[in-house]
Amino acid sequence: MLIEALILVCLVGAAVVAAAPDRLAGRLALAVSAIPVGGSLYMYAAFEGSGNALLGGDIAYETFFRWLSLGPYAVNYHMGLDGISLPLVVLSTVLTTLAILSAWTPVDDRQGQFYGLMLFMEASLIGVFAALDFLLWFVFWEAVLVPMYFLIGVWGGPRRKYAAIKFFVYTNIASLVMFIGFFGLVFGLGESISSTGLPEIAQALRAGQLGALGPVGPDALALAAFLAMFVGFAVKVPVVPFHTWLPDAHVEAPTPASVMLAGVLLKMGTYALLRYNFTMLPEQAATLAVPIAVVAVVSIIYGALLALAQSDLKRVVAYSSVSSMGYVILGLIAYTEFGIGGATFQMIAHGLISGLLFMTVGVIYNASHTRMIGDMSGMADRMPVTAGVFVAGAFAYMGLPLMAGFAAELFIFLGAFSSTVLPAAPLFTAAAMFGIVIVAGYLLWAMQRSLFGPFELEPDYEIDRAPLHDVVPIVTLVVLIVLLGSAPELFWGMISDATVDLVATGGELR
Amino acid sequence: MSEHWLLLSPAGAFVVAAMALFVIDAADPDATDGSLLSAVASAGGLVAAVASGALLLSGAAEPGVELVGGQLVVDGMSLIFTFIFGSVTALVSLASLDYIRELPHKAKYYLLVLLAATGMSLMASANSLAVVFVALELSSLPSYALVSYLKTDRGSVEAGLKYFLVGALSSSILVYGISLVYAATGSLLFADVAAGVGQAAADYPGVLGVGVLMIIGGFAFKTAAAPFHFWAPDAYEGSPAPVSAFLSSASKAAGFVVAFRAFTVAFPIGEIAGETYAVDWVLAFTILAVVTMTVGNFAAATQENVKRMLAYSSVGHAGYALIGLAALTGIGDGATALGASMLHLLVYGFMNTGAFLFVALAEHWELGRTFEDYNGLAKEAPLACVAMTVFMFSLAGLPVGGGFLSKYFLIVGAVGAGVWWLGAVLAVNSALSLFYYSRVVRAMWIEEPDEAREIDSYPSALYAAVVGAAVVTVLLLPGLAVFDVAAFDAAAALV
Repeated sequence: MLIEALILVCLVGAAVVAAAPDRLAGRLALAVSAIPVGGSLYMYAAFEGSGNALLGGDIAYETFFRWLSLGPYAVNYHMGLDGISLPLVVLSTVLTTLAILSAWTPVDDRQGQFYGLMLFMEASLIGVFAALDFLLWFVFWEAVLVPMYFLIGVWGGPRRKYAAIKFFVYTNIASLVMFIGFFGLVFGLGESISSTGLPEIAQALRAGQLGALGPVGPDALALAAFLAMFVGFAVKVPVVPFHTWLPDAHVEAPTPASVMLAGVLLKMGTYALLRYNFTMLPEQAATLAVPIAVVAVVSIIYGALLALAQSDLKRVVAYSSVSSMGYVILGLIAYTEFGIGGATFQMIAHGLISGLLFMTVGVIYNASHTRMIGDMSGMADRMPVTAGVFVAGAFAYMGLPLMAGFAAELFIFLGAFSSTVLPAAPLFTAAAMFGIVIVAGYLLWAMQRSLFGPFELEPDYEIDRAPLHDVVPIVTLVVLIVLLGSAPELFWGMISDATVDLVATGGELR
Repeated sequence: MSEHWLLLSPAGAFVVAAMALFVIDAADPDATDGSLLSAVASAGGLVAAVASGALLLSGAAEPGVELVGGQLVVDGMSLIFTFIFGSVTALVSLASLDYIRELPHKAKYYLLVLLAATGMSLMASANSLAVVFVALELSSLPSYALVSYLKTDRGSVEAGLKYFLVGALSSSILVYGISLVYAATGSLLFADVAAGVGQAAADYPGVLGVGVLMIIGGFAFKTAAAPFHFWAPDAYEGSPAPVSAFLSSASKAAGFVVAFRAFTVAFPIGEIAGETYAVDWVLAFTILAVVTMTVGNFAAATQENVKRMLAYSSVGHAGYALIGLAALTGIGDGATALGASMLHLLVYGFMNTGAFLFVALAEHWELGRTFEDYNGLAKEAPLACVAMTVFMFSLAGLPVGGGFLSKYFLIVGAVGAGVWWLGAVLAVNSALSLFYYSRVVRAMWIEEPDEAREIDSYPSALYAAVVGAAVVTVLLLPGLAVFDVAAFDAAAALV
């Protein structure tokens, strides 16, 4: 019942904070959000699960009772964590707390509602990663859209209304496509399953129980469902060519919402790909390995090139996410222990690093009132700590050893290089590695132009050092990134334990 | 078989409350305070809803009890729908206290609402074509009068006339269709029609086929489905907003419950469109479903007037609910879609009623009719705007209310019946609906008000109805578990 308690704390806290007066809301939200951080860290410390939750592993903190019936199928309230979902829950709670702290400076309007929505989103995110029944999971999956719509629409930049509705409709259509695909599978399984529980469905599919649905044979059904789900999740990730909502949403969103969007919401897409496509339909994934790897590599290179071409620092960071998510897809399709495990590790690492970069850009913007790289120069002179943190974050992104990004990318490249599922794996890996060079290029170039050099901005306002509550979250993130980079075994053990089954039970796929 | 008159207590509650209003009005026709009238009408609706719920959950009506020589039947489906009618009547009567406070003829207003609700609850139990027609007229005639209740308002009178003319036309089509079916099968009782329909399809396919198509037309009118939906936007826009809520939620559901029972029981698809072919009503409903949801949603997306947008969205939701009939293809399991349809109408009863009652609140404040007139309303009336946001997002199928589950259940039902493309059409429409529903939300929360407006009164009864509907809508997300087994069982019993 620990997971439910954390969700309840967030929901009740959201209602209280939303009704609180503005001057208290920020502090109250920080206090409330500290409870799930403590709770998730406790769950991490006391974690006793093993194996993959969908493939018969021991599920930790499990809750199970009958909820609904949906025609012939039972819908259960089934929550629990394994080595894949627990790190993501920890990431969600930690990042929400830091994002709330980073909102103290920029958010000065309707603060109660803002922090209430942040907590509502945290509740939904915990639910997304912990739910083990499809319909229950889908409730949380869609619930995340509601607070994000308001966060972008009310507190965003000049084109916020357009960005909010684009994000909303785009991701909603994707969910609908995915939903139809998934239920094609459910009805294809017919009477071999009795509920919409993810473990039951995953095991039935891997046991080859899929039958025909009307005139559609099992093979065609599985392939169609794989594609529908892949497209649905690819929008969320996002990969090229479904990425066009992302820069709009990111640029218009207020900094704390960008942090959550890049840090956690994108991981919903890769997490769902891992849980659904790559766990449930490994054969279809293997069949489509080359196109998927192409999509991954194109996302890596094209995303990085797009980032190179931007003149808005926030856009640079936004497009870099497209590139980084490409590595996750590459790791997944490799179907090796290091590939899938590394992809999961990259979700955590990128969550921390991109959160860090967005927050740092936000801190610079709070002081300088500009995000255009061309307008800035010599910011390191005025904001030494912030600039130092930005440099640290950029190097983490580039994969400097002893930082989280290095471990993640090393795992992925090791895994992808030795893949037997993916034809010409070394070639794809080499192409993806080239992406690192472009990443280094655009980040170093952006830093050179914005942080260093002579100070040229001529503002009619004072540019001063950032306040403490802006610096604390970014420094905390740097510490976490270094911690995870120098001791990846903090998460690697449980991640590897939960993902190794995917490779092993895939049988000939190894 | 013993007749359990208690099973008709939902309809009885409406009748008793209506009679009580007669007496009150006769005793004190000049009363200006409507609170007693509103309380009696709300109590009637509440008792009907509670009685239906209790009978449903106690299983007293399993597997279905026939009354009055088989003319009426009380089963799980009829009780689900009387629950809807009772709840909507209670909410509408409560909200009307503030809405018609300054207007004359209050007793007649509540009386007409209750009589229409009585007709609807008879429609839910109708087990013969004759009862269908009588009950449908009993619910329609008071509705015509209710639509033109604001008799000094041109829009209201015009809407009433339009509604009446289209209604009279479709009633005549329906009764002619019934007569053709009677001519072909020699009976009006659903069970006897079903027994004779196979032979009739072989002997008189034309007569039977045309008869069934005309009956479909009659139901399309009542449910505001294409091609008989043209009255709906005008009638819903012109009538008093609580009446719009009543018509678009309860009256629509009443049309559906009759269609569900008539087509599944009286015209088994295997006999009427199998070896002996008269008419394939599943195909007809498939076409109607696609056209209705598409027309409704695309028209709703182009509206500037909130009430009219809701009216067209109501047409769109009729299209969603028609999937329940369109999925009875005989391939796979049609009961899931039919049960999902019932659940959708149940949730719709609350979320749509609530949305129209919010419009009633806006009319009470004299805000104006367009999206822009709602700009920045959340600053002045946050509670009502939270409720309206719940209604809009639940109608759009986001997980803030029960509308999320029921809409996705419909998609599941369509996929399970092998008509996955019907689910895809719903999905496209649903995504489009998100666009126009969120315009209301955007206006309330994101836009800044154009000019300073003063809201000086917060009518408590109207507020209570709006907030109550929102609370039930939210609770129906986890709480759909109360009704889902009953709905799927009721559907399975019919199919």
